[in-house]
Amino acid sequence: MGKPVIIAKDLKKIYKMGEFEVAALCGVSLEIEKGEVVSIMGPSGSGKSTLMNILGCLDLPTSGEYILDGERVSELKDDQLADIRNRKVGFVFQSFNLLSRTSALANVELPLRYAGVTTGRREKALEALDAVGLKERVMHRPTELSGGQQQRVAIARALVNNPAIIMADEPTGNLDSKVGKEIMALLLDLNTKKGTTLIIITHDPTVAAQTHRVIHLRDGEVEAV
Amino acid sequence: MNIGQSIIEALESLNANRLRSGLTILGIIIGVGAVIAMLSVGQGAQSTITGAISGIGTNLLFVFSGNDTQDVRNPRPLTLADAQALIDPLQAPDVAAVSPSIQGSAEITSPSGKVTNSAIIGATPDYFSMQNYTVTEGALLTEENELGNASVAVIGPTIADKLFGGHEGIVGETLRINGQPFRVVGVLESKGGSSFGNQDSRIIVPLSTAQARLLHRTNVNEVDQLLIQATSSETVNQASEEVSEILRQRHRTPIGIDDFTIFSQKDVLSIATTVTGVFTIFLGGIAGISLLVGGIGIMNIMLVSVTERTREIGLRKALGARRRDILVQFLTESSLLSLLGGIIGIVLGWLLALLVGKIATASGNPFSPTVNLSSILLATLFSAAVGLFFGIYPANRAASLEPVEALRYE
Repeated sequence: MGKPVIIAKDLKKIYKMGEFEVAALCGVSLEIEKGEVVSIMGPSGSGKSTLMNILGCLDLPTSGEYILDGERVSELKDDQLADIRNRKVGFVFQSFNLLSRTSALANVELPLRYAGVTTGRREKALEALDAVGLKERVMHRPTELSGGQQQRVAIARALVNNPAIIMADEPTGNLDSKVGKEIMALLLDLNTKKGTTLIIITHDPTVAAQTHRVIHLRDGEVEAV
Repeated sequence: MNIGQSIIEALESLNANRLRSGLTILGIIIGVGAVIAMLSVGQGAQSTITGAISGIGTNLLFVFSGNDTQDVRNPRPLTLADAQALIDPLQAPDVAAVSPSIQGSAEITSPSGKVTNSAIIGATPDYFSMQNYTVTEGALLTEENELGNASVAVIGPTIADKLFGGHEGIVGETLRINGQPFRVVGVLESKGGSSFGNQDSRIIVPLSTAQARLLHRTNVNEVDQLLIQATSSETVNQASEEVSEILRQRHRTPIGIDDFTIFSQKDVLSIATTVTGVFTIFLGGIAGISLLVGGIGIMNIMLVSVTERTREIGLRKALGARRRDILVQFLTESSLLSLLGGIIGIVLGWLLALLVGKIATASGNPFSPTVNLSSILLATLFSAAVGLFFGIYPANRAASLEPVEALRYE
């Protein structure tokens, strides 16, 4: 395995709810290497989502240090964070989060547009859709696609910018088990073929079992396994 | 994100909520349409009124006895001798013609016994050419009529319609004015102007006849008004000066206190222009309020749209949209709403103005509203500005959403 793509040291996240302070993360340190497939598990309220938001650069830690692919994320401003999200992170959500008004192709092109890519956008998007096996349905709208197909579009969208990591938040949570297996197979296949680092947040032990390493979270801390 | 892409995307999202977008656009359509229609009706009124004033004749000065702005005791009346003195080419080189006239009203009886009241003007033959009067049949009054105290009259088309039920084949008929018989020698062409009293409902007789038999004044030489034509529109001011000078000498008035008033057509024109200008601004202002209301409609709908699409905004941010990208997206939508409304509004306003013109013409007041480029530009710019202005707040709100919060929004 290569050098670490994610280095997190003593990440803390404290939310202020009026006068109360709620600690969602109380000092999480972890390293994830390039090409690794890691799943993060834990009961609800354990800080999984908070950790994913911080690792995905959607949110900043209250304290601690986070380095993603050589960039010191914890010191960045909003627009720089947007830039990092665009180039280094691909998101796959439980509820797909596709834009329902536009075609699968336009959905996949969206990150390229925000990246300022002007030429060859269509080709890259088609390539990504081909990689997830949706070559035939590029002009369909999300409402005309099955759940599994929608999630494939979301995966194509996540990998179109060749990100350093793909963060998948319960990627199989809204799918039946058969389709869920296909999606997992697709994600793992991408990992073996392209070497994409995968971080999967899940409740499902069968999903976690397919990954290289499982990180258990409880009460905002990493549980020793 | 380039502009073309943003516009396509904005159109897609407006299209997704067709009814809502349509109603929002309707607000702007009504606003812009009202502004265009009101401005063009105002400007049409302005050009109709100034046109009517110009139609009275060119380069004219009107001289009356008395002066409202200065304290004059016993102003001397204007006389035929005054008129005579003003035609002096040495003292008044810029005066081309002078026509003294008197006016009053009288009871007119037609041969069939119909009775009506009408304005009677006694004037010299120059009066017609100076005021651009022409006849549809018969002839204008002549020098012989004037010298011979002839009992002849030229009548306006409205009077002709009233007394004879038409204005053709009337020449040669005999009218009674205050009981005295007058032969009709001509029927005037309609001037249409309703701005300066109705020029179509008057009867004009020779000045000498009027003085002797119809409109009695204390002094038989006394006249009510001197109509003066300057040699050209550039010399109107000089002519006015010369006329004042001659009249001051003849009336022996102290310096600075004139017992007469000179009114030029330019004065009348500028007053009318000011009045109609204020009228136009007033109408436009009221219409502008409806445009403002339309703008608030845009803001309202954009705020709803931002709330509705919070999750979408969160997703876009997760995919790497910067603050500016989101801002541009929502501003494009609100600007498109107002721009579309503006374009349709211009067409609607134009049609409305045409309709007003048609109705006015049908009801006997020929009037053509003018839609000009400046009012179109004004309305377009104003509506685009409304879209931008009222779009900024919602767009800003969208752009400042936190991605985590927005993604979590249900």
